[in-house]
Amino acid sequence: MEYFLQQLINGLTLGSIYGLIAIGYTMVYGIIGMINFAHGDVFMVGSMVSFIVLLALGVTGGSGAFMIIFALALVVVIAMLIASVYNWTIERVAYRPLRGSFRLAPLISAIGMSIVLQEFVRIAQEGRPKPMQPLITGGYELMHRTLAEGGDFTVKISNMQIMIIVSTLVLMTVFTMLIQRTALGRAQRACEQDTKMASLLGINVDRTISITFILGACLAAFAGLMFLLYYNVTDFFIGFLAGIKAFTAAVLGGIGSIPGAMLGGLVIGMIEVMWSAYFSVEYKDVAAFTVLVMVLIFMPQGLLGKPEVEKI
Amino acid sequence: MSVAPKNNSSSDDSKALTTSALTKDLISTAIITLLVLIPIVAMKTVIGQGIISIVYRFGMAFALTGIVVGTRLFLHLFVWHKAPSAGSKSTLTSGLKSVSFSETITKYIAPGLLIFALLFPVFTFFHPIWDKRVMDLAVYILIYIMLGWGLNVVVGLAGLLDLGYVAFYAVGAYAYALLSTVYFPQWFGTGILPWAFYITLPVAGLLAATWGVVLGFPVLRLRGDYLAIVTLAFGEMIRLVLVNWFSFTNGPQGISVPKITFFGLPFKDAPGSFSDFFGIQFNRIHFYIFLYYVILTLALITYFVTKRLRRLPIGRAWEALREDEIACRSLGINTTTTKLTAFAIGAMFGGFAGSFFAARQGFVSPESFVYIESALILAIVVLGGLGSQIGIVFSAIAIMGSFELFREMDFMKVVLPSGTEPIQFRMLAVGLAMVLMMRFRPRGFVTKREPTVFLKEKKSVSGDLVAEGHG
Amino acid sequence: MMNWTKDPELQVQHLTMRFGGLTAIGDLSFDAGRKQITALIGPNGAGKTTVFNCITGFYKPTEGMIKLRHPDGKEFLLERMDDFIITQKAKVARTFQNIRLFSGMTLLENLMVAQHNTLMRASGFTIGGIFGSGHFKRAENEAIEKCKYWLNKVNLTERADDAAGDLPYGAQRRLEIARAMCTNPRLLCLDEPAAGLNPRESDELNKLLLSIRDDHNMAILLIEHDMSVVMGISDHIVVLDYGRKIADGTPNEIKNDPAVIRAYLGVEEDENEVAVGSVKVADLVNEGLAVHANVPTRTVPKVSASPKKPVATKTVVKKPAAKKGGRK
Repeated sequence: MEYFLQQLINGLTLGSIYGLIAIGYTMVYGIIGMINFAHGDVFMVGSMVSFIVLLALGVTGGSGAFMIIFALALVVVIAMLIASVYNWTIERVAYRPLRGSFRLAPLISAIGMSIVLQEFVRIAQEGRPKPMQPLITGGYELMHRTLAEGGDFTVKISNMQIMIIVSTLVLMTVFTMLIQRTALGRAQRACEQDTKMASLLGINVDRTISITFILGACLAAFAGLMFLLYYNVTDFFIGFLAGIKAFTAAVLGGIGSIPGAMLGGLVIGMIEVMWSAYFSVEYKDVAAFTVLVMVLIFMPQGLLGKPEVEKI
Repeated sequence: MSVAPKNNSSSDDSKALTTSALTKDLISTAIITLLVLIPIVAMKTVIGQGIISIVYRFGMAFALTGIVVGTRLFLHLFVWHKAPSAGSKSTLTSGLKSVSFSETITKYIAPGLLIFALLFPVFTFFHPIWDKRVMDLAVYILIYIMLGWGLNVVVGLAGLLDLGYVAFYAVGAYAYALLSTVYFPQWFGTGILPWAFYITLPVAGLLAATWGVVLGFPVLRLRGDYLAIVTLAFGEMIRLVLVNWFSFTNGPQGISVPKITFFGLPFKDAPGSFSDFFGIQFNRIHFYIFLYYVILTLALITYFVTKRLRRLPIGRAWEALREDEIACRSLGINTTTTKLTAFAIGAMFGGFAGSFFAARQGFVSPESFVYIESALILAIVVLGGLGSQIGIVFSAIAIMGSFELFREMDFMKVVLPSGTEPIQFRMLAVGLAMVLMMRFRPRGFVTKREPTVFLKEKKSVSGDLVAEGHG
Repeated sequence: MMNWTKDPELQVQHLTMRFGGLTAIGDLSFDAGRKQITALIGPNGAGKTTVFNCITGFYKPTEGMIKLRHPDGKEFLLERMDDFIITQKAKVARTFQNIRLFSGMTLLENLMVAQHNTLMRASGFTIGGIFGSGHFKRAENEAIEKCKYWLNKVNLTERADDAAGDLPYGAQRRLEIARAMCTNPRLLCLDEPAAGLNPRESDELNKLLLSIRDDHNMAILLIEHDMSVVMGISDHIVVLDYGRKIADGTPNEIKNDPAVIRAYLGVEEDENEVAVGSVKVADLVNEGLAVHANVPTRTVPKVSASPKKPVATKTVVKKPAAKKGGRK
């Protein structure tokens, strides 16, 4: 029971990160109907930029709390800015000119873009993993089981985990408000429904799509920072696996649905953590891929998505 | 990424160019390029002796930005704003010319290539580049041509985007490795070993085909992006199993396997070997030349079988499936079996190639079967022109050859920052090529589709009409 | 002329199709006679294409039975069969409202694909074909002969080696019909074959359909808005509105059926119906069935290819509730 609780906390943390990336997939899919294959790599860029800026600022776990908070705030802004620029550029260069081309064209372009980003970062920053001293330490003991009760085990939640879960919640709330309450969100939802009609009604479709990419990149960059702080390491390749898992989350939640992406992220995080805890760590990725395959085959509309009727 | 912003805003390109607009455009290009470059390129993190430090390379970032802005300025001044009528006219006429020109020349391309390929080792014999490196490169290119032709059945003909093709390559390689090192000695004794490749080859093909069906079955209903990502997941799953199933596959250490023999005669400097049997001087090159002819044979089998299949009802059904799946079903075509046969045939060729790869290498490990290999094979098919077999030959030569060139380009080191080798840029170049190709020549090098049957006259179908499949 | 009930090729009974909460077809029953052209008409959104999709297996109906009887007595329950099996075994072929040709393949190839199953068997499921068996060669030549026949029939022989996507619209429609015929069907389902055709082309289409019916002994099921086609060639008309059958009879009976006219023109019964009806009037003017006080009477004669006089508008509007025996 205690062990399970601990895994639940870990799963929630990991799931939050996946969920944040998944939103980017789901929004882009919703609006232009393609998988932004390079999205996982934008997450990686966010993580890498966070690492570089933290290193440049020279903050360590020993710096004062104020300093750390200030530095993190700065890092969030910079990482979001840079990731947005990347994702915006990707859309302008690799996807926008292909609108109206045959269906596989943007997908192949996206695969190419994903390779470009990975290789670009690998060449510029070397391929070796970048380790980092833990920045946020400490935590709380939630429960303790003694040896007499069947094994020494302490259920802990670290400050880092609290931060990830809470900030994800805050970000999600802000984001949902943005989509539901503002003109931008309305434009975005209109484009999802019918791009052509939206443009006839005076919505600037190109701009709306650009903004969608930027929003997705912001969330991915934030997830990248959280990933860095949680695992204390980053490299040029993290975007590949995280990308596939986040995509799985988006599909599981029902592609196009933002709460779905978050829910899917949590489920995938849980599955991965539980699988590692109870079965085998080696096959945790296989488990995640299996979920992807199962969902796509048996439940392509996902948990919160709408079923698609084939139009003949 | 450095070329990134120069293709911006195709929609404004036709606008008349004013100085202020140009300045604005260049300044925004510069800002965006700088933002892209500054943290990643200009601040290089270096790990050394337990300390991570940053090496600042702002000069490089500014230089690259200068190049990007300069290129964009050049494009603005000399390319994008030229009167479109003149431009389109010239492309039109040259297009027309190239149609008739290409139609006369395509007749001779395939036989010409075939003769060249058959004689290639002889050329090297008379030439000082008689060199095992050249033969090895040729073998390497042929493997990718064969893989491209195999994947072409699935992606180019049936229109099913498979991002996990390397899985079948792996199945073929491991089938050879495990059968020849573990099972054949057990079943038939070690005497069989010199013949292992020839016995395993069909088995490997069949196994890979079976896997093609097994993995194809669950994804039948999926299309486009979903199909791509599921096949990618399958490819990775197979690799992960190869890495982790230690007792069966020996995990990441891989397996050493016997190399290919000349129908039982090994290539080594010893009695009972190839050179001994024919009474000639032992030379490593014999091994490479033999490898070359084996892979050439396999590749030609792939070529001719696929060509033949295209003219049979099954091949026509594949192409029809790519064009419109619903229409296929309305004509009584069982799309399930049609898709599965495409997967199976494609996988079978992948399995043959994998088996050969293992026999050439003498060693297999999961590292050879990563996702990027699938992407590379896909890039070859895409650049060659989906569905075009000759196009694939050229794109495989271009991509694999350029990899080799990257390795040779020592002079590039002058331009490149210290510590970077040109070879590191090869996948970056492939990725960029995929993006640019989709942008400027989405149908690949060869855009025409040859009809499979005709009444009076064989007319190629323009690539614009050919659907590339919804999945 | 009630022979469609005696020995029907196709019997649709109590067909119901629901999508979520929406009932697209409700309890629809009708028969389509042998060697007859049966037209399925009704306002947009009446569920006609859904009926087609149920018959050809693309949708599985929620309830009901669709029975096909070949002249040799073989019976098929279409609602239980997969779409491609329906074409293969039950011999039903169809065309699509928005043309679905293999546009990157030549006309000849399009027709060859339609003979896939025959050729597949002849090629020994590819194995014989790969080694170039003579049996397959003969089968292929026969298939090409058949393609030639149908290309000639739809006047496209000249363009046999062009890409289907290069054809003008009307020719694409004809090619789609030829392609469907190459599957050797017993029942041909055409979804708006005359849509977008000019008068000369739709005249040619009429001749083609009559020839398919008479020379090839086919049953044809037809969805069409073009009343000149419907009235000109159908033997039997079934009218749908909101997924329900409102009339069923010969063209003459249908023309006089008040329920039909009500459905097409709309009556001030409830708001909803009026709204739908008023939208339809515009269509009907184009299609020649429009009979409305505001519409000049010269549009009316187009309706009557038959000698019967057009329906008097006023009576219809005044007596909206009157139901005639034409409804079964």
